[in-house]
Amino acid sequence: MRPWQYDPLLKVGHLTMRFGGLTAVDNVTFQVARRDITALIGPNGAGKTTVFNCITGFYKPTEGTVELRQPGPHDFRLERMDDHDINSVARVARTFQNIRLFQGMTVLENLMVAQHSMLWPASGYTVGALLGIGGFVKAQNEAVEFACHWLERVGLLARADEAAGGLPYGDQRKLEIARAMCTRPLLLCLDEPAAGLNARESDGLNELLFSIRERDGISILLIEHDMSVVMRISDHIVVLDYGKKIADATPEEIRNDPSVIAAYLGVPDDELAEVEREVHL
Amino acid sequence: MSALAETGKPFGQRLQSALGDAVIGGLIAFLLFSLLLGLRMVDKVTGLTLEPRPWLLITAVAIVFFGRLLLSLFVWQAEYPITKPFAKFFTREPFDRRDLIVLGSVAAISGVMLLFRNPIYSLFAIPILLFLGLGSLRRLIVYFFPDLPYARIFVTVGLLFAIFFPLSTYFLEKTFHLGLPLRYWFDLAILVLTYIMLGWGLNIVVGLAGLLDLGYVAFYAVGAYTFALLATHFGLGFWICLPVAGAVAALWGIILGFPVLRLRGDYLAIVTLAFGEIIRIVLLNWTEVTNGPNGVSGIPKPTFFGLPFTPIAAGGGETFSSFFGLKYDPLQGIIFLYYVILALALFTNLVTLRLRRLPVGRAWEAMREDEIACRSLGINTTVTKLTAFATGALFGGLAGSFFATRQGFISPESFTFIESAIILAIVVLGGMGSQLGVAIAAIVMVGGFEALRHTDWLEEIFGPDFDPSLYRMLLFGAAMVAIMVWRPRGLVAARDPTITLGEARAIPPDLVKEGRA
Amino acid sequence: MSYFLQQLINGVALGSIYGLIAIGYTMVYGIIGMINFAHGDIFMVGSFIALILFLILLSLGVTMIPLALLIVLLVAMCLTAVWGWTVERIAYRPLRESFRLAPLITAIGMSIVLQNFIQVAQGARVKPLQPVVTGGYVLSEGGGFSVILSNIQILIVVTTLVLMVLFWLVITRTALGRAQRACEQDRLMASLSGVNVDRTISLTFVLGAMLAAVAGLLYLLYYGVIDFYIGFIAGIKAFTAAVFGGIGSLPGAMLGGLIIGLIETFWSAYFSIEYKDVAAFSMLAIVLIFFPTGLLGRPEVEKV
Repeated sequence: MRPWQYDPLLKVGHLTMRFGGLTAVDNVTFQVARRDITALIGPNGAGKTTVFNCITGFYKPTEGTVELRQPGPHDFRLERMDDHDINSVARVARTFQNIRLFQGMTVLENLMVAQHSMLWPASGYTVGALLGIGGFVKAQNEAVEFACHWLERVGLLARADEAAGGLPYGDQRKLEIARAMCTRPLLLCLDEPAAGLNARESDGLNELLFSIRERDGISILLIEHDMSVVMRISDHIVVLDYGKKIADATPEEIRNDPSVIAAYLGVPDDELAEVEREVHL
Repeated sequence: MSALAETGKPFGQRLQSALGDAVIGGLIAFLLFSLLLGLRMVDKVTGLTLEPRPWLLITAVAIVFFGRLLLSLFVWQAEYPITKPFAKFFTREPFDRRDLIVLGSVAAISGVMLLFRNPIYSLFAIPILLFLGLGSLRRLIVYFFPDLPYARIFVTVGLLFAIFFPLSTYFLEKTFHLGLPLRYWFDLAILVLTYIMLGWGLNIVVGLAGLLDLGYVAFYAVGAYTFALLATHFGLGFWICLPVAGAVAALWGIILGFPVLRLRGDYLAIVTLAFGEIIRIVLLNWTEVTNGPNGVSGIPKPTFFGLPFTPIAAGGGETFSSFFGLKYDPLQGIIFLYYVILALALFTNLVTLRLRRLPVGRAWEAMREDEIACRSLGINTTVTKLTAFATGALFGGLAGSFFATRQGFISPESFTFIESAIILAIVVLGGMGSQLGVAIAAIVMVGGFEALRHTDWLEEIFGPDFDPSLYRMLLFGAAMVAIMVWRPRGLVAARDPTITLGEARAIPPDLVKEGRA
Repeated sequence: MSYFLQQLINGVALGSIYGLIAIGYTMVYGIIGMINFAHGDIFMVGSFIALILFLILLSLGVTMIPLALLIVLLVAMCLTAVWGWTVERIAYRPLRESFRLAPLITAIGMSIVLQNFIQVAQGARVKPLQPVVTGGYVLSEGGGFSVILSNIQILIVVTTLVLMVLFWLVITRTALGRAQRACEQDRLMASLSGVNVDRTISLTFVLGAMLAAVAGLLYLLYYGVIDFYIGFIAGIKAFTAAVFGGIGSLPGAMLGGLIIGLIETFWSAYFSIEYKDVAAFSMLAIVLIFFPTGLLGRPEVEKV
């Protein structure tokens, strides 16, 4: 048994997603361990984002289970939950491949929206706050404080009052992560967080992800194309190709896995032996 | 068509291309108008006959031809567009000598035109001089006080004006007997305020939540009929029925909103439009309850804490005038109505401003920006959309019951699609999500529309056959198109942040989304 | 049964007219994603042009009805097309790539302008035309009720069918159709591949207006009276039809038109004439709840 199989936070079991005749994800099973950084990699069109969308509820999987094991007594069956409940109840947060910030709202507003699940009841479902009953002001101050904490962590505190859409690209990526973290998740799913970042920004991202794991004790599941990032930060890598899982191991093992290399280089099976030989040279 | 010559070309070349453009424009105008303007169908005993109107056709084509020619030569293709100095009135750029020459000569020509005392000349000269005067005033103020918080001053002055306008004019009139058309002024002001309130209500749905609603008038109708029916059947008063009408309208907002929430964009638009029509048709045909096309009449006026605004109280009790020892005057009741709608409108505005700063309001705006991201952040977009629909409907309902009490009579005719379209136009023209913009747009649209009603003096110019009321809607539609083309984002397009750490700065409009849902 | 058959015939004739207008909505929506609110009024303008043309021909003494019909049809199509082109040029093209709601408002503005222009230029009273196409076939008789298929109904359905086929060929076989489909998919990419986007969009409006003119002519012949307000009602119905069938889909528009026409006719015949519009609109809402993109519209996969 591999280390991530003992007491995983997330168990994806036999996940299958079909769109019409196309099977985008085919019987994929993997686990995400607590306080691990797990990477989901694979060539373009391998079905990584589809897996993400199934986990976060944007797609309902055709078959299979997605189980989130809480520290508490409850387990959540994510495939049966609504997308917003997956965030607010099961506490899984995500970012998007093409950044989806609220561009016309300020950086701080973005983070306030992220704390909606906490603030909405605190505002007495609006009625209380309108009438001035309940502790909305206190809750809001706490929310601002929490937002500032995260803005500081991603280095955007000075730009809190600027429009999110006006930030440079790298800052937008960081803000999206901060926004996801403001929902106070247990599992953070990042869809290509390093895409479009330069080397220095990419290093900063690595540090941020490490600190999220170490300091906040949050598990991270990420899709990434940048192998240097993946190899450096992941504890555990799952490789997809044509919707199927072809490898599930530590970075060290993945580096030497011939089927992974073949998948990336697009080598037909009969040439695999040759590739394998070359790799082991 | 407008393959415009680049600037800096010799005049001959520009003239050639402008002429070509104008000829094509004239030709198209001829094709458009040849049958529809050039011939008029007249009812005769023998049936429809045609009456040729060649001069009208020639005039229309000539206007298009010369209009395009002059515009191409002096604006579109000109190295120095003649409109440039006029546009500068609204910026802080300095005027150069050429600008001053243009403006000066235009002012001089207009002045001379006035001297002729010819109504046609005045028609052109007066607006130009007014524009120049106001523009210069603006530049002067900005020149001497460049850093004043103009937006805030504008709002404060506007608000003070709204509060003191009826009382001050009333007392002026009573003291000096100036013969001011107060009745008319107050009615117009009440009408404008009603549209401001409706605009603010719809602004929640369209401007904040980004849901396109083409049937807003349905809630207006629900509010109006709720109050009218409660009042006429059960004898309930305005103040009791007002919250009931709002609640019923909000409930309808939820009922109508629920099935359509899955729909996106224009599908939502057409279904809301359909609901608006359904409600109108039901009001029209459910004669037993709504009295059908004849409408409901005898709707009571609101009272001032139980004191009616009548010459004598029905039950022999006190009236407003007798209680305060005033001489009875029908204007008192109208002034009271004015303050009621002002209070309702301000209430709408305050609640909206407050809601924007609460989680629900931020969720609305976030949903307008990106619905998918909202769901990933744990926001239940169904609930959020319903709250937006219900809140918008609530204010529509309140405005509706005010409408019913003011008119004293309502019929389904008041709740046609064109009303929805006008309210939506006010929201979009004002700048979606901007409370100030919506207020300005309502004043411009309703006030301007109303101003066109009083164009008897135009008859002087165009002869007694000219009926200006016919052209009112035509100009109204044309103005809608023109304003939108001129400012597609609306009059006030920047967005104010709802929470800041430091000083608030408006968000540039090009970043703000308009909602897809 | 014979009553049913008669209503079916009436419904199909009415539905054909709606379908012709609906195509204009659906094409414009497909290519620039906007509701062309003025399209119903283009239809109204078309019917006015057709009426004036009939009166001209009448005063010129043209009595051969097929010839008159053909002339009116062709000239009305051309002149209405100019209107369609102008509306796009003035009110929509300047707002291309702008705020999505802006062209919706200019469209409503244009609709008001067209209605009131016609009212000012031609008067507000209803305009009658004595029957041009008369006669018909009695399909069945008996029980005191005869089922009549009138010539005008045949004309409506045949014209619609012919135009549909022609149109289908234009969209699927010609360069214009290809350019249109390219613009629908991705306007920027189409322009990069050498498609003149502005011209394609203009031609779309021209084609839509031509069909609206045909619908206007048929409406005039069928009902015999028009006024400046017919565009609004017919426009809303036709747009409903387009959405019903799945906006952006040409067969959908035709199907939607037929369904709306049938619902309206049957509801008036069997239930109440007052609530026929309520029936049509409610049916739309119900269909959209189960098929959020209409009957033949492409289901939308949410891109995350």
